[in-house]
Amino acid sequence: MTGSLPRKLRELFLPLGQIILFVVASAAVMSAIVLALAFLLRGSRADSDLLVGVFALLPQTLIDGITLGFLYALIALGYTMVYGVLEFINFAHSEIYMVGAFAGAELALTLQSLGLLLVIPPLGYVVLAVLVGMIVSGALAVTVERIAYRPLRNAPRLVPLISAVGVSFFLQDAVRLFESFHRNAFYLTFPVIPAFDRRIIFGAIPTATGGMIDVGISVKVIIFIVAAILILIGLNYLVNATKLGMSIRAVAQDRPTAGLMGINVNRVIALTFLIGGSLGGAAGVLAGIKAGTIDPFFGFIPGIKAFTAAVLGGIGNLTGAVLGGITLGLLEAFVASYLTLFTRGALPGADYAAITAFLILIGILIFKPSGLLGEQVGHAGRRA
Amino acid sequence: MSQSKPTAVSRSITAQTLGWLGEAPQAYIFLTLYIALTALGAFLNQRSLPIFLLFEASLLLIFYARIPAKPKAIFCGIVLLVLLPVLGLRNAYYLEVATQVGIYVALALGLNIVVGFAGLLDLGYVAFYAVGAYVWAIFGSSHANEFSAPGNLVVAAIGLLAAAPGATLAYRGIRRVAGEDRLPRPWGALLPWAVTIVAAVVLYRLAWLILGPGLGSVGRFPLPAGWFFPFLLIAVGAAVLSGILLGTPVLRLRGDYLAIVTLGFGEVIRVLSKNLDKPINITNGSQGITPISRPPLLPEALMAPLRSFFSAIAGRPLLNADLYGFYFFLLALAIAGVAILVARRLDHSYIGRAWTAIREDEQAAIAMGVPLVRMKLMAFAAGASFAGAMGMIFAAKQTFVNPDSFTFMESIGVLAMVILGGMGSIPGAVLGATIVTVLNLQVLTELSLQLSALRQSGGLMPLLGIPWTQFPNQLEPAKYQRMVFGIVLIAMMIFRTEGLLPAVRRRLEIQEALHGDADAAGQPVKEA
Repeated sequence: MTGSLPRKLRELFLPLGQIILFVVASAAVMSAIVLALAFLLRGSRADSDLLVGVFALLPQTLIDGITLGFLYALIALGYTMVYGVLEFINFAHSEIYMVGAFAGAELALTLQSLGLLLVIPPLGYVVLAVLVGMIVSGALAVTVERIAYRPLRNAPRLVPLISAVGVSFFLQDAVRLFESFHRNAFYLTFPVIPAFDRRIIFGAIPTATGGMIDVGISVKVIIFIVAAILILIGLNYLVNATKLGMSIRAVAQDRPTAGLMGINVNRVIALTFLIGGSLGGAAGVLAGIKAGTIDPFFGFIPGIKAFTAAVLGGIGNLTGAVLGGITLGLLEAFVASYLTLFTRGALPGADYAAITAFLILIGILIFKPSGLLGEQVGHAGRRA
Repeated sequence: MSQSKPTAVSRSITAQTLGWLGEAPQAYIFLTLYIALTALGAFLNQRSLPIFLLFEASLLLIFYARIPAKPKAIFCGIVLLVLLPVLGLRNAYYLEVATQVGIYVALALGLNIVVGFAGLLDLGYVAFYAVGAYVWAIFGSSHANEFSAPGNLVVAAIGLLAAAPGATLAYRGIRRVAGEDRLPRPWGALLPWAVTIVAAVVLYRLAWLILGPGLGSVGRFPLPAGWFFPFLLIAVGAAVLSGILLGTPVLRLRGDYLAIVTLGFGEVIRVLSKNLDKPINITNGSQGITPISRPPLLPEALMAPLRSFFSAIAGRPLLNADLYGFYFFLLALAIAGVAILVARRLDHSYIGRAWTAIREDEQAAIAMGVPLVRMKLMAFAAGASFAGAMGMIFAAKQTFVNPDSFTFMESIGVLAMVILGGMGSIPGAVLGATIVTVLNLQVLTELSLQLSALRQSGGLMPLLGIPWTQFPNQLEPAKYQRMVFGIVLIAMMIFRTEGLLPAVRRRLEIQEALHGDADAAGQPVKEA
């Protein structure tokens, strides 16, 4: 896509602006809804002021929601790209994400054992870990495609899906086996970097019980969000402004015709897996650094939720995956913090947040199977 | 019943054995000798896993033998009802394995209806199993006492609602299996009426028990153990109801979306069972419910001679608790047998043909007048009913249920059984369930035991020269079920999509799809 420089810049940054606008708008809408709800129910509590309670939780909820949203967005892109090209749910993508986290953790632990961890600059460490995670996960995704999916490309629809479920289970135990041999424990803990655990405090707001609570954001979260945005810009450039992106979109639109036009379809599919897998790997490393401890099964639930996000935005649609991810992340964070508050602990929000995602999935698939933005890849309409 | 044409792979592996099994007199002698020898071996050497596995393989040989159906049934009966219990009374673990196999056979057959017959991939099958288990867990333990009166009303209403499909199913099933044309004149017409009246009386009695004079009083639960069998109907009904509830909204979805939604449904049921201890305590959260009452044994007058008889076989005095192992084995076997019967009859009925039509080409099926939604719902309901019944047996057998028994891994385990045996194939589902269960419970466990023995012996690893004590103790083969399931799924999909004992039609379908040549399916297929 050879455009003039301003056009290229617009291609690059317009979607970014849209995403940020969307984040702000959806966060504002959800906050308004809970505040309105609290305002209406204000009289029902004698012991504490619901409105103050809601307000005290709001900043942390928003931060959690946006972080979760970007995590789901990064994973969902892997699902949606593969789906766009092959119309196939890559069930093992959650394990590709998990393997990325393990690659990052192995790197961090190796650096630590070499005594280099605190020597190199923290940001350099993050970049290195993310790169390693991307490479390992991307390579794994390509390998999995070659071994478990390509032979089944013409089989009935369910056959590669079952194979993908098998790959997912296999990888979980393969990582567990590897780590059991390697470190005699299958839980890995990222080494603590003091610089990352700092919290930047903006101020304090009153809580319902009369105390004050700090409003702040930890450095880890900032790194997570910034890295996610940078990766999204890079992906946008790759898909919309390079020849490779054009061939991916061509294969997604019409595989046989793309083949006739001289595009090496197998190579493009492998590259799609590479890109999707490395996005998942990057998400895994970032999530691992944020969470601290990882285990071979920690990819499964985020994977399913990210798939939900992809469906929510319109599977096959890259912008849709990001918007769906952010919507789902915010919704979950709001359910997790406010369901407990509104029901006085009768319904623990953290547990029901998981159900929320599935209910959204079922609802979307029933009422609007094409998702919020419709099914398409990149800017190109896929179906007539 | 007899396998008409063994496929190329099995022929190469078992050519010699099949030769022995090929003709009638030879086959009888061979089978008798084989069964007698392996049973004797297993009896004399009770800790040896390989011998027991050989003994278990005798069932497969019986299946492959080209002898008429009746002698086959007799051989099967001897192995399952005489030899296996005798071995099991000596070594209770064998009986436990056999019971688990029975449970998983029924589950695999149920999932086989959904995945194999109707072609709907269900990744949350264990949800129905959980529904069945919790139905009995709640009422078969003192847990139901926790409900307040209005809560009780709601629960009873749901229960009776669930009983309705169960009763309908039983009614229709009995009519179908032993219908008017099969019984002598007056009985054929009376049977459905008798079933209806009995069901009505049982339900009335049950409603009275739950809602009757002691409404809201403490100590009415657990229900008397005799209610176990009527409750099977309710468990089946509740599972069917949840199958229909899940099925109704999602049946319009494409195959792969359906898979993910059923997965989500399975997770929703698990999370709910983990969290429904408040606001109303229905499932007691992650602590689970215990103790759950077991079905009644025979009256003591009959029990005493039986116990002394079995004690003589076992070579040690047996308590009722020991006999429950045998009892649940028989129960699981009976339900698995019913499941095989029902699955076969369904497969050969107009319903089964409709499922095949839907699976092969949905649009064409609609055009030919197949009621799509009804048939898909029926597949979900039929699949769920098997799981509901087995869930209840599971709850009673363990006397304990908690959400951890109903994870996604269980669903995939059952799926692996169906895939291994061959989608849509009833003997395949039985074989797959047996292989995977035996692998999980016996082979992997045995490997774990051997490993830990090696670790304690302090010897050196062959070739490497590293002491076994340094072998990571995280590495327990018994805990690597996921890897087994994963390998089974991938390998079967790539190398033998149609399964070990494929259904003929399914094999043709898959070959047609893979090679695009319908006519060549019967002949050697050229690789593209």
